[in-house]
Amino acid sequence: MLKSKGQPAKNARLLKFRPAFAVDKVVTYFFYIAGFFLVALLFFFVGYIIYMGRESLNLGFLIRPPRFMEKGGGVGPQLFNSFYLLIISLIFSIPIGVGAGIYMAEYAKPNGITKAIRISLETLSSLPSIVVGLFGLLVFVNLTGWGFSIMSGAMALMILNLPVITRIAEESIRSVQLSLKEGSLALGATHWQTIWKLILPVAVPGILSGVILVTGRIFGEAAALLFTAGMSSPPLNFADWNPFHSISPLNLFRPAETLAVYTWKVNSESLVPDARQIADGAAAVLIITVFLVTILARFIGKKLQKGNAS
Amino acid sequence: MSVAGRKLLRKISWTDMTNHLINRGSSEHGYFFREKLGCYYATLCGSLIILLTVVMVVFITMKGLAAFTGKHPLSVLEFLGSSHWQPDDTVPHFGALNFILGSVSVSGLAVLLSAPLAIAAAILIAIIAPGPGEYFFRPVLEMFTGIPSVVYGWVGLSLLVPWIRIHFGGLGFSLLAGSLVLALMILPTITTLATDALVALPDSYREGSYALGATRWQTIYRILIPAARSRILIGVTLGITRAFGEALAVQMVIGNTIRIPDSLLNPMCTLTSIITMDMGNTVMGSAWNNALWSMALLLLLITFGLILLIKKLGNQDLEGNNSHA
Repeated sequence: MLKSKGQPAKNARLLKFRPAFAVDKVVTYFFYIAGFFLVALLFFFVGYIIYMGRESLNLGFLIRPPRFMEKGGGVGPQLFNSFYLLIISLIFSIPIGVGAGIYMAEYAKPNGITKAIRISLETLSSLPSIVVGLFGLLVFVNLTGWGFSIMSGAMALMILNLPVITRIAEESIRSVQLSLKEGSLALGATHWQTIWKLILPVAVPGILSGVILVTGRIFGEAAALLFTAGMSSPPLNFADWNPFHSISPLNLFRPAETLAVYTWKVNSESLVPDARQIADGAAAVLIITVFLVTILARFIGKKLQKGNAS
Repeated sequence: MSVAGRKLLRKISWTDMTNHLINRGSSEHGYFFREKLGCYYATLCGSLIILLTVVMVVFITMKGLAAFTGKHPLSVLEFLGSSHWQPDDTVPHFGALNFILGSVSVSGLAVLLSAPLAIAAAILIAIIAPGPGEYFFRPVLEMFTGIPSVVYGWVGLSLLVPWIRIHFGGLGFSLLAGSLVLALMILPTITTLATDALVALPDSYREGSYALGATRWQTIYRILIPAARSRILIGVTLGITRAFGEALAVQMVIGNTIRIPDSLLNPMCTLTSIITMDMGNTVMGSAWNNALWSMALLLLLITFGLILLIKKLGNQDLEGNNSHA
């Protein structure tokens, strides 16, 4: 302080206009503008969708079946199909995904097989979903003879889920403290006992929030389902819960158009006069569901993390 | 060690130890049997993933090559180099150049529109405003990565297409509409990955630069961006991969007219959109259908190329970091 008081010349030099500082200021403002532009764009996007779909957001629209050539149809069966397909595909993909995650985190040795699994996971996770759908058409629809069905759709969705669930399971298992594992092994538990009774229960919150995130993603998936679960929804009898009846909603081998597929179909080939309004409503329902699911995933992840730490 | 974990540990040690003491002989056998079974199960799941990938690649390759073999083989050169697409003529022509160029131009343009904004936003989130970045921007972006592509397509159809028709003329269904929709769709992906890349840089880079008297902007563009370059490029490449493989959002707004993409305002067609439209209308095994499968194979190969590029960038990043350290 004292020294600078005695050197006024140096202070004056510091106070002089420096282009680098001005540029820094201007650029900072620019970045703020860019960031807020992006957020404004995204919020406008969602606001537009919900605003357009506001008239359709009622219970009637959510449970009524669609109609042909007349107004007033809903998306009931489609919504049901979306959730049903989701559950079936998770029933198949969670055991396999978590198993593969356990393998990668606990058993994998640095050898060719591990490398092959890594490459396979990367490949699967970046495949265009339409290619997965085409593979489903080839194998699940035609080769196995299941036709356009919930089963074929669930299998195609499983291919999309597996890499994500495996990666999340592996990460969650790896993040379990080493001391827990060592303690268990030191008590004489076998490796599998340690995994099954100790590591997995501790890793469950991570796996669960990951699974919910996957749920949000596949709820909106359409391209992989066009040629696997089909683009038609046969009339369903919601009083018949025997999965072996052909008009039962639980039948695994019936074609099932999901909400996302229906949104696409209504937009491209509309047979109803109020197609525009139905599409608006369906898009709003889709986006609200996905948001709710994402929030739920964050909430559960945080809550369980807290429970674990205390 | 967390309390929950310790509790679990205690529970296990009790139940298992008592079990162990009560029936020594038989349960020991059970333990090791289960031990083996568990290991086999995990290995089986791992192998299943390899099997699935291999089967998928083999099936699509076989089906995709069917057009080039058989009774009236299509020449690879014609398929890749000709824009003559007449699938239902008496002498059918299957030149896919239109679709290849369409896919390349729509995804390329989308990334050109999206990447600068995404990287600018990433710099804001990671460096300039890390506080709101973490609590506001990040969760928002995470939400938007989950929006279904059909919804993007629908907004494009109901908002963007009429807007382009009114302000720029033409049909509205156009290359421009397609790339704008894709640009918006890949924006959250690129931003998130670029933010991660910048956040992962060691603090010492920034501190060293500030200590030398550099301003924040000088630090950003001389030190931080070059240091995170490979990982930012990985994000951009993933954006291209996603844009290239997107089917429905593009198909809804691009107009699906089979032509060479010559103007921003003309409708055109991409590999994914022609597959979406024609796969359901053609008979399995016909020449037309086979040509569509060849396009699926091409899509797969291009995706592989992009994955390889990402891997190469990842290796570069590792080497760069090692030499810095």
